[in-house]
Amino acid sequence: MAVFEGLSTKLQDIVKKLKGKARVTEKDLKEVMRDIRMALLEADVNYKVVKEFTNTVTERALGSDVLESLTPGQQVIKIVNEEMTSLLGGTVSKLTYSPKPPTVYMLVGLQGAGKTTACGKLSNLLRKDGKKPLMVACDIYRPAAIKQLQVVGKQLDIPVYAEEDNKNAVNIANNAIKYAQKGGFDTVLVDTAGRLHVNEELMQELQDIKSKVKPMEVLLVVDAMTGQDAVNVAQSFSEEVGIDGVILTKLDGDTRGGAALTVKSVTGKPIKFASVGEKLNDIEPFYPDRMASRILGMGDVLSLIEKAQESFDEQKALELEKKIRAKGFDLNDFLDQMEEMKKMGPLDQLLGMIPGMNAKALQGLSVDEKKLDRIKAIIRSMTMKERSNPNIIDASRKKRIASGSGTGVQDVNRLLKDFEQINKMMKMMNQKGKKGFKGMKNMQFPF
Amino acid sequence: MGFFKKLKTGLSKTKENLFGRINKVVKGFSKVDEDLMEELEEILISADVGVVTTMEIMDELRDHIKTKKIKDPEKVPVELMEILKGLLTEKKYIDKPEQEKPNVILITGVNGAGKTTSIGKISRLMTERGKKVMIAAGDTFRAAAIEQLEIWAKRAKADFIHQREGSDPAAVIYDAIMAAKARNADYLICDTAGRLHNKKNLMMEMNKIFRVIMKELPDSRVETLLVIDATTGQNAVNQAEEFSRSIGVDGIILTKLDGTAKGGIIFSIYKQLNIPVKYIGVGEQIDDLEDFDEEMFVNALFESE
Repeated sequence: MAVFEGLSTKLQDIVKKLKGKARVTEKDLKEVMRDIRMALLEADVNYKVVKEFTNTVTERALGSDVLESLTPGQQVIKIVNEEMTSLLGGTVSKLTYSPKPPTVYMLVGLQGAGKTTACGKLSNLLRKDGKKPLMVACDIYRPAAIKQLQVVGKQLDIPVYAEEDNKNAVNIANNAIKYAQKGGFDTVLVDTAGRLHVNEELMQELQDIKSKVKPMEVLLVVDAMTGQDAVNVAQSFSEEVGIDGVILTKLDGDTRGGAALTVKSVTGKPIKFASVGEKLNDIEPFYPDRMASRILGMGDVLSLIEKAQESFDEQKALELEKKIRAKGFDLNDFLDQMEEMKKMGPLDQLLGMIPGMNAKALQGLSVDEKKLDRIKAIIRSMTMKERSNPNIIDASRKKRIASGSGTGVQDVNRLLKDFEQINKMMKMMNQKGKKGFKGMKNMQFPF
Repeated sequence: MGFFKKLKTGLSKTKENLFGRINKVVKGFSKVDEDLMEELEEILISADVGVVTTMEIMDELRDHIKTKKIKDPEKVPVELMEILKGLLTEKKYIDKPEQEKPNVILITGVNGAGKTTSIGKISRLMTERGKKVMIAAGDTFRAAAIEQLEIWAKRAKADFIHQREGSDPAAVIYDAIMAAKARNADYLICDTAGRLHNKKNLMMEMNKIFRVIMKELPDSRVETLLVIDATTGQNAVNQAEEFSRSIGVDGIILTKLDGTAKGGIIFSIYKQLNIPVKYIGVGEQIDDLEDFDEEMFVNALFESE
């Protein structure tokens, strides 16, 4: 149903459109800007922000030599990407600490944006940084909200300050700071109740908490899936409470996240963190360049590369190479390789980062992680002898392996056949000589 | 009672932003031309209606203007209203016929959409109609989700079936079905953990829950309702599509309409997926939920002070 194929396709069209032209006219550029405008709108960037953005890009394009350039399409895209990255903040923005601890952070936002979870994740991150955080439960309205933070605290083993019977959030926050000072906590994270930005009473409460506890930073928690309304939310919180930064949540979904651009351009405050999963360590610094690519639909190439580098153990690869040269590739190596791949994260997540892989394309292609697990199970049901010398696997061994791994004999057969093919490929590469084993990294497993 | 007013206050900002603007916009025009069309287009887009759906609606509006020979720019908003209303009423939510007890309502949605709160409100709606309601705590994942739902169950005077955090949600639902049968409940309302629709495993889990219900209660009316936050942008269409693929969504609960969000995304969902809205959420109180009324919804958008 993805009616709009994302800007990457659009941009490719634009490149094509402009490619054949000897000269690019202002009219061409206007048409291109219309396409970009539509794509940004479909990515949920606020229409006012889009307007400003396309104006800036047009101006820059006209001011530079794009029109005379041999590759006008690429030039335009480059400008679009650069402008968007800089609009999103340019570089990674870090948390600031108070010179006089405890440093207080306050999390604010609409209902369901993910404040409590973000509070836990951020505390976890701070602790990893060597801090001693205290979380404060100031959501006195939503049923079981205090309990939720307490459970999160327990899961993380990070203390939570709460006063179940106190109906005054300002008071609780204030007491918590005193408690933190006594207890030697150097960072305090105040979780507040979700509220609508039009609720004057509750917005006042935030102001009161803020003036009482004087936070180093007020962080606005924003759901990445937010639509055009992000502009109103950001404006109200920014004007009425005053914010210092933004945490963008639920970025592990398939939204383009245009709200990020809206919020940044409305508030002028940096987006500091991105929340990217269900687990309490699924939080990372916000990378404006990557977000720009995501909104533009150009794929999160950088993240992918980094992830691959992080997970791929160079040393292990070298060892493997040596071993294969000496003895050949066996099923144990096969298993290792799969583990390496798995470390890079869920496969569909990885595929999603590849440019041109839009959600629609992925649906047909969805990688069955279960299949990988099944293959692993099969190999693990083999004896070491069988793994290093698959040739000895006869019909009765196959039967045993199949029942051991909860699969069928035909699954075992398929795996052995696939493996044989890989081995053949390996041998061919080996025979080709001593060119090194670079192919390993891009090797294609036939599953 | 009070709903219309609530919706109106909620939407009054909407009206200012959206249709108040339409009226303002048309006043600046002396004739119906493409510039006017472009302005209207922008207004729909800023309500999250989405580019494609907006284009379609605008094409229809152009047709109307042509065939009805509309020359007065001030008549254009009325025309637009007709189109929007038509779109919603054409695919109105129709209750499936009641069958054997219990009637099941399965609630799903992404994280933070407002599932638990909506369940509290729906339960109250039913208990007020004299129905015996049982709530099943199928969100065994999120911290304190069970406690949160239990408080709502008490408020709504509904029975509450739960297991421990971390237990298998399908098993919780199964137990609840058995309990609902044994206690002869009229309604069994099943909560589920919030999940992003692009997580394959979680969607499979959702499907499993659905299958358990269909298997154990083949002769019951099972309604699957998707909770969508009105603040959501274009991603709501993906949500509706994916949840539909997993459990076949019958209707939508559109929440948080008491803010400035316009919920215009439902027009895209109606057009592209034929999934109607059943309820709307307009506040945090237990009675801040009402059946979706297309006329009223569009009227409230256009209502003047």
